[in-house]
Amino acid sequence: MKKLDYPFSVEAVRKLKVGDMVLITGKLFTGRDAVHKYLHDGNKPPVNLKNQIIYHCGPVTMKDKNGKWTVTAAGPTTSIREEPYQWEVIRDYGIVGVIGKGGMGQKTLDACKEYGCVYLHAVGGAAQVLAEKIKSVDGLFLEEFGLPEAIWELSVVDFPVVVTMDAHGNSLHKEVEAHSKEMMKEIL
Amino acid sequence: MAKKAAFKKKATKKVSIKKVVKVVKKLNGPQQTIESLLELIRITSTVVPDDVFKAIERNAKNEEKNTTADYAMGIIKENIDLAKYKSQPLCQDTGTVIFYIYHPAGFHQTTFKELIKKSVTLATKKGYLRQNSVNSLTGENAGTNLGEGHPSIHFYEHKGSEVEVKLVLKGGGCENVSAQYSLPNTALSAGRDLEGVRKVIIDAVYKAQGKGCGPGALGVCVGGDRADSAYYAKKQLLRKLDDSNPNKDLDKLEKEIVETCNKLGIGPMGFGGKTTLLSCKITSANRVPASFFVTISYMCWAFRRQGIVMNKNFAIKKWLY
Repeated sequence: MKKLDYPFSVEAVRKLKVGDMVLITGKLFTGRDAVHKYLHDGNKPPVNLKNQIIYHCGPVTMKDKNGKWTVTAAGPTTSIREEPYQWEVIRDYGIVGVIGKGGMGQKTLDACKEYGCVYLHAVGGAAQVLAEKIKSVDGLFLEEFGLPEAIWELSVVDFPVVVTMDAHGNSLHKEVEAHSKEMMKEIL
Repeated sequence: MAKKAAFKKKATKKVSIKKVVKVVKKLNGPQQTIESLLELIRITSTVVPDDVFKAIERNAKNEEKNTTADYAMGIIKENIDLAKYKSQPLCQDTGTVIFYIYHPAGFHQTTFKELIKKSVTLATKKGYLRQNSVNSLTGENAGTNLGEGHPSIHFYEHKGSEVEVKLVLKGGGCENVSAQYSLPNTALSAGRDLEGVRKVIIDAVYKAQGKGCGPGALGVCVGGDRADSAYYAKKQLLRKLDDSNPNKDLDKLEKEIVETCNKLGIGPMGFGGKTTLLSCKITSANRVPASFFVTISYMCWAFRRQGIVMNKNFAIKKWLY
């Protein structure tokens, strides 16, 4: 088990390799479909994303009587939907990590290598285990997109992920796909 | 005098019972229904059914220790325990809310529909459901999980005297990898027979890798028109994972597909490993000579399905899974 601690950096993520099981401690920003399209359309992000990690997640959130937010469920959403936009966000805003599920395509893999970023796979559906690692909600941006689509600034401790695309051009998704394709050929 | 008083007493009593019954019908009936439905939603969202848990546990033991597959299965099991303990959604995507209601003749569907909507709104406020319903044209999210087609409600009249309500919460990730094939399929050399059906199902599992939150469970329909095929495929998700298909050919095919798919090496979350599929349930519907559709409804490991039998007062009498 490896550790990735805040503040994050290109140097730190370049040390990670496909297959590494990693515990992240620090800050995460959620961002999914609406946020990526918004940035792609040329709008500036409401927070500085330099050396930050973006999390493809639409959490279930509750506001208490004092107006304080808590996240009650927060698993990853399917990342491939952001494939047209992700490479630009990595290039233009300097994010060093993307957390999601299902992996991403060649454009993102190339951007990870070129600019220094990793794709970190969280266990899909594990909304409670992952919400448990969120210690506080520190900010809410672009609320007008609806709560699941907004940017949530979260502090996490020991958030569990697996590196499935590293900053050296390797992708576990490609490997598994190639292997399963061979197996399928044999079976069919 | 005594006779008159007794008569009066009797008359008063009669009126008061009627009144009470009316009041109960007006207030407690709907209130009890909402409470029962809310509890059904809570349990469905936060606890996986026994048959699903057993399948996950059995498969988790097969994974090699200290692999990413073993790690993923460990987190999945931990998540199941934690969601139940905290009474919080297993997955943040609480999905399309789909009700299947089996009722006796004379049942008032319109009233029941209204009570379902109230329960869904309440469940959303309590956080058992995420604000998950979006207007497809405007992008607006009313935050109630109500809207055109939401929740999805299916009524069936049955011969029994009780009301049964089954509920499936179908997440978007697994719905997106569900698929419909039209046979013959040249690319897969899949013809219009069970061998062709087998090929397209395996292809769907291959294509779903990494995206559908595996290990998955399949509901399949062979035949029907496009819409019915999708409907019947999804309805197969109401079957318990450890049951058998009464059709021997389909039963054989179901088992064979699970075995075959688990040799693909896709594994939990597509990390590689032995557990790709937990189950496969297949039904068929007649088709017209020109069409041959096979529809595959993919369900994630966070298989949210539950059901209740209601008593005459609409309280929960029995859990179905």
